[in-house]
Amino acid sequence: MPTAIFGSIEAGAIYALMALGVYLSFRILDFPDLTVDGSFVTGAAVAAVLIVGGTNPYVATLLAVCAGFVAGCITGLLHTKGKINPLLSGILMMIALYSINLRIMGKSNVPLLAEETVITKLTAFWQSLGLDKPLQALSSVTGFEPKTWGILFLMLILAFVVKVIIDLFLKTDIGLAIRATGNNETMIRSFSADTDLLKIMGLGISNALVAFSGALIAQYNGFSDVGMGIGMIVIGLASVIIGEAIFGAKTIVRATLAVIGGAILYRIIVTAALRVDFLEAGDMKLITALIVVCALIIPKVLEKQKERQRKKRRVLQSKQTTYEGGEQLAAIKTDS
Amino acid sequence: MLQLKQIHKIFNEGTPDEKIALQRMDLHLKPGDFMTVIGSNGAGKSTLMNLISGKMIPDVGEVVIDGKDVTMAKEHKRSRLIGRVFQDPMAGTAPAMTIEENLAIAYSRTTSRGFKKGVSKTRRSFFQEKLESLHLGLENRLQAKVGFLSGGERQALSLLMATFTEPKILLLDEHTAALDPARAELITALTKEIVQSYQLTTLMVTHNMQQALDLGNRLIMMDKGQLIFQANEEQKENLTVEKLLAEFQRIRGEKMSSDKAVLI
Repeated sequence: MPTAIFGSIEAGAIYALMALGVYLSFRILDFPDLTVDGSFVTGAAVAAVLIVGGTNPYVATLLAVCAGFVAGCITGLLHTKGKINPLLSGILMMIALYSINLRIMGKSNVPLLAEETVITKLTAFWQSLGLDKPLQALSSVTGFEPKTWGILFLMLILAFVVKVIIDLFLKTDIGLAIRATGNNETMIRSFSADTDLLKIMGLGISNALVAFSGALIAQYNGFSDVGMGIGMIVIGLASVIIGEAIFGAKTIVRATLAVIGGAILYRIIVTAALRVDFLEAGDMKLITALIVVCALIIPKVLEKQKERQRKKRRVLQSKQTTYEGGEQLAAIKTDS
Repeated sequence: MLQLKQIHKIFNEGTPDEKIALQRMDLHLKPGDFMTVIGSNGAGKSTLMNLISGKMIPDVGEVVIDGKDVTMAKEHKRSRLIGRVFQDPMAGTAPAMTIEENLAIAYSRTTSRGFKKGVSKTRRSFFQEKLESLHLGLENRLQAKVGFLSGGERQALSLLMATFTEPKILLLDEHTAALDPARAELITALTKEIVQSYQLTTLMVTHNMQQALDLGNRLIMMDKGQLIFQANEEQKENLTVEKLLAEFQRIRGEKMSSDKAVLI
């Protein structure tokens, strides 16, 4: 069990980048962007093919990010210039990307097991720091010794750095304009912002992050597969919604942190669910859908219940006071 | 400062619903002019505003702001020259963002946006100083989300945001119509104060005749897409609501009889 949880935190930290991308489109731009299912694989495919071809894995990952940015921009163009409904432009792009991803990879699966990847490079770098030994010594008390702590720490740091960059970006003049575009389009247009351009840019950045996550997941898992993006948008939404429900979303700084937490928590929930005997790996998508449904409904139900109880209490209190008032009145009357 | 030349606009052309929204509209505002616009529903007041702001483009005619022909310019391009306050208090501000963030967005109206921090220290103190002029205590609530403000507070903030960068043209689209009388009065007073202090060239649409008379130095009346009555500064001073209504009745009556004459 500790190994499984350890693994899910590692993967969760990488998926957090994707969840941050979904947060940008879904929450900041108020644009449910289904491109994610395709652009995640695009990132994986570009990175995998380049790495197999001998490109430096860091460069390959960077190019994967650029590919995701372009994919997002095209979705934005379809929506703003083509005047296509947001959901539909995302779906169209997702389907188009399926074929494009197959073209990029040339086949439906590209293995990376023997290749040098960002993950192997980072592991080597971590081992050169010599931090594993003391950490192993600490964790061996619980009888749990992972191969390396490097990926866990470095990926958490990466997710955190990306989060901070997003926080800062959303406070710049352009960032504020992007937020206002998702919040009140009439208003931001009257303040000379080109909402079309901002949406295209926002979706580009969002999908760049998704592709980044896809590229790293491919290198982490040791393969890129054309089907690895199916349901990715729902996983992203699950992470955003779970994170916000549990960690709060009052400010941007808090919300982005919550999204990272949500992504990791989601992985842990799935791992735990798969330990239940009658559930199979194929049930994952159903479990994801159920998690999202629960995360959407439960907070509302709780809120309603709280509200009802609060009202009940208030009515009871006011009854109490009138009752007391009556007593006093009666007392005064009997006195006189 | 603002010039409309022979503007025509027709909706649903060639269908049974065809409607002439504006015809032969000529308007000229000198710098510092404050013109109020009155007229019944469907008179073309909103269309007039939309044509100036760039939300719509005229079928025929020219829109010139500050010597520049902006007839075909996109809405976001010409909003560098125009400040706007809408009827709906919710329309002019972003509710999920804080007061200072909203002000920062408004502050960048006249410039290209870049990667500079939206709310810097110098800007914050500038915002504070500007908010004080509203006398609503908002200067102490810079980090409050605008969604938590009341309708009146939001409209006052919208007014400040539209004006503090001194636009070439200020468009007020029935901006007090959705408020209760006390709030409306407050916003009217603020409007008067702000327009005067910045000497803004202003066009204000209103349903309230008294307000149209109290504010500004010029007044026009529109009906069925046409300008039917104009009052300059002197004439406006002598106008009352009764006179205005009488005028409206007289012109409309006359027009109707002349229409009848045509029909016969």
